[in-house]
Amino acid sequence: MARLIRLDRTGHTTLAEWTADDESTREAAVEAFRRELDRGLLASVPRADGSADMVRELPLDAELVVLRRPIAGG
Amino acid sequence: MPGAKAGAKPPPPPDPEPRPGLEEAAALWWRPEVTAGELARQGRRWTVWTAWIAIVFSAPGVILLLLSPLTLPVALGCFAHAWLIPWLQARRGARAVVPLRDAGGGVDAEASRVALGLLGDLVGHAERDLLAETGLALERGLLGVWLVGERGALMVRPGGRRVDSWCVTVGEPEDLPPADRIAHLLLALREDEPGFAKVANLGFSGAPWRVRRGLSERCRPALAEARRAARAGASPLSRGALVPIDEL
Repeated sequence: MARLIRLDRTGHTTLAEWTADDESTREAAVEAFRRELDRGLLASVPRADGSADMVRELPLDAELVVLRRPIAGG
Repeated sequence: MPGAKAGAKPPPPPDPEPRPGLEEAAALWWRPEVTAGELARQGRRWTVWTAWIAIVFSAPGVILLLLSPLTLPVALGCFAHAWLIPWLQARRGARAVVPLRDAGGGVDAEASRVALGLLGDLVGHAERDLLAETGLALERGLLGVWLVGERGALMVRPGGRRVDSWCVTVGEPEDLPPADRIAHLLLALREDEPGFAKVANLGFSGAPWRVRRGLSERCRPALAEARRAARAGASPLSRGALVPIDEL
């Protein structure tokens, strides 16, 4: 089961879980994803090789999508 | 300061090319892209700056001593300045990096545990041990080997003979557990390393021994490990694989 999580004050919060063959969970995940991006969060997909991709659309084939806050120079 | 990137913001170009990668970097269209060549230039500027400071304060001391040995106290003051200013610069660079701390500041222990679990899954096995020991997450990149803290990052250049200190932080970090702050920076770094360096402010660049003096005892092994990795020509592909977090 794939997960959409948001890094927040609780450590992280699972916003949605979906499977490829369940359209209702996919739609709920896409909706939650867009809502969080509209709030100014950024989405990152950690890859198995240790890299990560920034995404603007929910990649439904990803196992984990992490929503994070923007970074800035200190 | 030679490493300062922030300056007067020029008017935006009429139709800027969208920059791929980190969105935070795309918003800083007036800043130059960070490349190995640009970093080499920045490093040379820091070296020249440090040498200049040393000369400017040492030369009057030498001249005074040549004029009269009785000026020794004043000359010693000049030499002290020549030593003190580069030392303060290096210390500021080292202290820009804040290692992982225990939970506190209004963040509850359960949130810290959850955040630490996710961060532990993001880093590899060896890096996890180093993180637990030193509070810094080691990340191998193309520009160098990074040590990421709750706030700030150090980058050891390939070959291990120069360290850059970067001031960078997650937006509104106050309510985030300490490990989540590192996770934010680590994810951004992995998404777009040059973009990460573009967003961050270069606060110091110099020899590793200068930075090491300003680091806490706890963090020093992380710098030594990063130097080893940089000398070995660490590749970003050699970092640890993501462990599934289904059980979280």
